[in-house]
Amino acid sequence: MSAASGRRAGRIMRRALFYLGLVLVLGVFVFPFFWMALNSFKTHDQITEYPPVFLFTPTLENVRNVFAQGQFVRYTWNSIVVSFGAVGLGMLLGLPAAYAMARYRQRGFAFGILVCRMIPGIAFLVPWFIVFRFLGLLDSYFGLIVAHLVITVPLITWIMIGFFEEVPIELEEAARIDGCSRAGVFLRIALPLVRPGLVSAGILALIFAWNSFLFPLILAGVETKTLPVLVYSFMTFDFLDLGGIYAASTLITLPVVVMVLAVQRHFIRGLTIGGVKG
Amino acid sequence: MARPLRHGAARPWRSPAHGLGDWMDRHIIWFFILPAAIFLLAVVAFPVTYTVWLSFFRWSGSATAPATWVGLANYADVLALDPGFRNALWVTIYFTGVSVTIEVILGVGLAQLLNREFIGKGLARTLLLLPIAGTPVALSLVWRNMYNPSSGIFVWFADLLMLPPQRWIADANMVMPLLILFDVWQWTPLIMLITLAGLVSLPNDLYEAAQIDGASPWQVFWRITIPLVRPTIVAAAMLRLMDSLKTFDQIYVTTQGGPGIASQTLNLYIFEQAFQYLNFGYASALLVVLFFVILAGNLVLVTQRRGQT
Repeated sequence: MSAASGRRAGRIMRRALFYLGLVLVLGVFVFPFFWMALNSFKTHDQITEYPPVFLFTPTLENVRNVFAQGQFVRYTWNSIVVSFGAVGLGMLLGLPAAYAMARYRQRGFAFGILVCRMIPGIAFLVPWFIVFRFLGLLDSYFGLIVAHLVITVPLITWIMIGFFEEVPIELEEAARIDGCSRAGVFLRIALPLVRPGLVSAGILALIFAWNSFLFPLILAGVETKTLPVLVYSFMTFDFLDLGGIYAASTLITLPVVVMVLAVQRHFIRGLTIGGVKG
Repeated sequence: MARPLRHGAARPWRSPAHGLGDWMDRHIIWFFILPAAIFLLAVVAFPVTYTVWLSFFRWSGSATAPATWVGLANYADVLALDPGFRNALWVTIYFTGVSVTIEVILGVGLAQLLNREFIGKGLARTLLLLPIAGTPVALSLVWRNMYNPSSGIFVWFADLLMLPPQRWIADANMVMPLLILFDVWQWTPLIMLITLAGLVSLPNDLYEAAQIDGASPWQVFWRITIPLVRPTIVAAAMLRLMDSLKTFDQIYVTTQGGPGIASQTLNLYIFEQAFQYLNFGYASALLVVLFFVILAGNLVLVTQRRGQT
């Protein structure tokens, strides 16, 4: 064997090894999702079987049970109302602030956002609980939406600063010369230009509002309970049907996966609030 | 003071009340900032202040039995007497210290591995986002069941490797490493992806120079790559540290702090004090202490960051 072909064989070997490692690493990170989805098609007995079964006749019984429960549909609606409400209201608050921070260098404001991120949810929860009870906001959509603003406003503001900074200032100056007011510049020039960013920021905020568990655990009641709380209560109190739990978990996670596919690279930027400039 | 300019047809969307419109225009920044500022004050600053205030009281949250002023007694209890607090502080430091360290080392290593052209790079990046974005409650349920001592998939792996049977998350000595493994699984991709973004932006000429000088890959990694991406790594570690100290959902759903109090972090301990025992004053004092723990944790890394620039 010549030296050249030997080197080539070595290169191919290395490539193969790399792809093997890659598949292994990705497999580890994806496996729990695969397992969750797989188990939602098993019966309770198949799930608890040991050793674990990989081959079985899939059943749709679990998904049917979850929907037949009635609660699931209602709490899905609650989750939708709360997360979309928090994103919508978060946009109203966050967009002008982001624009001001991008155009007028209001960097002091960034500190407020950083603090929002640093404080654990539980720290907000004690005072909120007391105040919300006093104001009669416990177990109300409005109270939950306001609470989730702590998640959505920092995310939306942080991401949108970057997008607003990319709007060419010349365009805005031209509009000013044509007699457009500053508010008009924001509404008619800047906002339409950042629409793609708006979508990313909105979806990202939606994911985290959708995933939220601690706030609704305390602030929501029978009327407004959201999906993560429902799934948790499936596990602890209501019944111990593992198939149903897995099916419900899969159904909650599915929209998140779809949303992740939609936002992709803005995702990391959203998570690096106050730190890395991504 | 200049008179407002005359408005012709060229300004169709100006409001008819010129004086007001101009005044708004000059102070527009306040209209942009005000909504968010009011939100920050009402929903963030006020609760924090109220928590500090509440920490000087003893109160069960009852509307009929008013809170009693106890001064610094809550703090004295927290710092001197409370074994629950000491346990929770230790569990928190253990959890955060170990998991963030592993995540940074593993994340940087794997990022280095992925920093090349290969088929399916985009797909790999997307898949790596899943653990970060997945609903924590759902993921915790899966992990909890994977750790189940009688039918979990980990038990099966351990059996395949002929390891002696364990009680897994029911074992007070095993529960923390298992929760850390879950956390490492969930958050290593974040460090990976942030580091990867940093690696991609590194200048190529340094590497070419090193190659010409005959540096080994190991030397290149330690002498060139690491120093260059260090600011990114430190920033990523800091973000992770901040979030790690906030971890609640995963631990609450997987173990509820158990067995016993073996995995009860400060977050869970405060949750229990506030919403199970209704010791709102005491919980508030704990929150103030937690906030200092978070500040201290971040200061350690901030000085790190300063030290190298």
